[in-house]
Amino acid sequence: MKETVLGEPTLTGIIFFLLFVSATLYITYWAAKRTRTTAEFYAAGRSITGLQNGLALAGDYMSAASFLGIAGLVSLKGYDGLIYAVGWLVGWPIVTFLIAEPLRNLGKYTFADVVAYRLKQRPIRTAAATGALITVLFYLIAQMVGAGSLIKLMFGLPYELAIIIVGCLMIAYVLFGGMLATTWVQIIKACLLLGGATILVFLTLYKFGFNYVALFSEVTTKYGDKIVQPGGLIKNPIDAISLGIALMFGTAGLPHILMRFYTVPDAKEARKSVFYATGFIGYFYILTFTIGFGAAALVGHDIISKIDKGGNMAAPLLAEALGGEIFLGFLAAVAFATILAVVAGLTLAGASAVSHDMYVGVIKRGKADEKQEVKAAKISTLCLGILAIILGIIFKGQNVAFMVGLAFAVAASANFPALFMSIFWKKFTTQGAIWSIYTGLLLSVILIILSPTVWVDILKNAQPIFPLKNPGIVSFFGSFIVGIIVSLATKEKEAEVKFETEKIRSYLGIGAE
Amino acid sequence: MKKEILESSEFKKLLKSKNSVSLILTLLELILYFGFVLLIAYNKEFLSQKFYGPITVGIPIGIGVIILSWVLTGIYILWSNKIYDERVSKIKEKLGGE
Repeated sequence: MKETVLGEPTLTGIIFFLLFVSATLYITYWAAKRTRTTAEFYAAGRSITGLQNGLALAGDYMSAASFLGIAGLVSLKGYDGLIYAVGWLVGWPIVTFLIAEPLRNLGKYTFADVVAYRLKQRPIRTAAATGALITVLFYLIAQMVGAGSLIKLMFGLPYELAIIIVGCLMIAYVLFGGMLATTWVQIIKACLLLGGATILVFLTLYKFGFNYVALFSEVTTKYGDKIVQPGGLIKNPIDAISLGIALMFGTAGLPHILMRFYTVPDAKEARKSVFYATGFIGYFYILTFTIGFGAAALVGHDIISKIDKGGNMAAPLLAEALGGEIFLGFLAAVAFATILAVVAGLTLAGASAVSHDMYVGVIKRGKADEKQEVKAAKISTLCLGILAIILGIIFKGQNVAFMVGLAFAVAASANFPALFMSIFWKKFTTQGAIWSIYTGLLLSVILIILSPTVWVDILKNAQPIFPLKNPGIVSFFGSFIVGIIVSLATKEKEAEVKFETEKIRSYLGIGAE
Repeated sequence: MKKEILESSEFKKLLKSKNSVSLILTLLELILYFGFVLLIAYNKEFLSQKFYGPITVGIPIGIGVIILSWVLTGIYILWSNKIYDERVSKIKEKLGGE
C-alpha cells in the first residue's frame, strides 16, 4: 500500500479548491460593483467591523508557510517549534498598545499618510513608500516561491503553472474587488484555516482520549525527552534577541497589516480588531503546536522527512492519517486558499504604496481626482501582480526562506521607527524621518547579505562578515539613533506646532477620515 | 477652540493616562517575551525539568507567553472601552456645548 496520496491531484482536493475559487470569484464580482472610489478600493469603504477585521488581520498574518512550516518544525524539532511560534505572536500587543488607534485616526489609506502628516509630503512619501514596497516585495517573493513548491508537493501541479494560477487569481481579486474582495477572501480563508486546524487537533486528541499527557508520552517514548526540551534553536542570546526584535516590531511595520486598520469605521473598532486578531493568531499557534506533536506521534519522523526534508507536509500527512483522503483534500485546498489570500493582501498593500504615495502624493503632488487615483491603483495592481509571477518563476528552487526574515527586519527598521517617532515625538523632523527610513532599510539589507544566512548558507563563503543571522538589533536601533540625531540637528518649527494640534485628531479622533 | 481643548486639564490628564497605560503594557510585553528568550538562552535546565508526567516546565511557560500576550491586549481594550472612551466623550461633549 502506498504511504500517502499526497502529491497527486485528488478528486476531493480539486472539488474543495474549485468551491473556494468560485465562492471567492463570486465575492469579487459582488465587491466589484461596490468598488469605485478610492476609499472603497483601498479601504473597503471603511465598512468592515472590528470582528471581521480581526479575522482578516489574522488571515493576512497566518500564511501557509507559518501553518505548514511551524507544524513541521514542531513535528521534527519539538519544543523549538513552540519557541519559534511565540516570536510570531508577540508583535501584536505592540500594535495594539502603540500603533492601531493613532494610525487609524491620523491616516487615510497607507502608513505613509501618518508619517507624512506633519512633515514634508513628497520626500517622506518617497522614503516611506520605498520601505513599504521593499517589505512587500521580499515577503511576496518568499510567498510565491513557497506557493509554487507547496502546490507542487500537494497536488503535483508543475511549479510554473501553480505560480501562474496563484498570480492570476490574486490579480483578479484585487484588481476588480479591491479591499472589499480582499478582506472577504481573507475572512473566509481565516475561518477555513482556523476550522481545519481545530478539526485536526480534535481528531488528534480523540486518538489520545483528549489527554495531552498521553500524547506527550507517546512522543517522548518514540523520540526521547529531547523533543519536549529546548534544543539548538537559541544558542546565542544576542542572535535570538535580534530575531525577536525583527519579529516583534516588524509585525508593527508590515504595510499590509497596517493598511487593514483603515477598513474599519473608527479607532475603537481598530483597537477591537487587533484584540480579536491576537486571540485568533495565538489560538492558531497553540493548535499548530498540537498538530506538530500529533504528526510526530501518529505519522512519524521517517515519513514526514521523507516527503519533505523541512517537515512542511507534517500537517497534511496527519490529516490524511486521521481523516483519510477527504480531509487531506480539504486541508490541501485550505493551504492553497491561505496562499492566495496572503498574496492578494500583499499585492494590494504594494499597489497602494505605488499609486497613493508615489503617483498621487509625489508625482501629482497630491492633486489627482478619484478616477485618476483608482485607475493608477488598478494599473499598479496589475504590474505588481505580473512582477510577482515573474519573480516567483525566476526564484524557482532558490532558498528564499531568509526573505521573510528580511521583510520583517526592513519593516521593523525602516517602517516602524519612522511611524513610531512621527506619532510620539514632537521634535521629529522631515530629515530625521528620511535618514531613519533609509538607514534602517540599508542596514537590514546589507547586513543580511553579510550574515551567516546569506553569506555562508547561500553564497557558500566559509565565514560570515556580520555574525548575527538576523540584523534586527543593529538595524532597528541604528534607525532610531540616526533618526534622533538628525532630527535634533535639523529643527522644524512647523512640524512641532502641528504636533500639538495633531493630538486632537490622534487622541480624540476629531477630524479623522 | 482647539487651543482651549489642548490647554484644558482634562485633555492633559487624558493624554497622560493613555500614554502611561500604553507604555506600561508595552514594557510588560517586552519583559514577558525577552524574559522568555533569555530564560531559554541561559537556563535550559530549568525549562527541561519534568512538570507533569512527560510534560516539561517549558511547555506551559511557552503557551503561557502566548496566552498572557493576549490577556495584556485584553486589559488594554477593557481600559480603553471603559475609561478612555468615556473621558473622550466627556471632552467632546464639553466641546459641543460651547
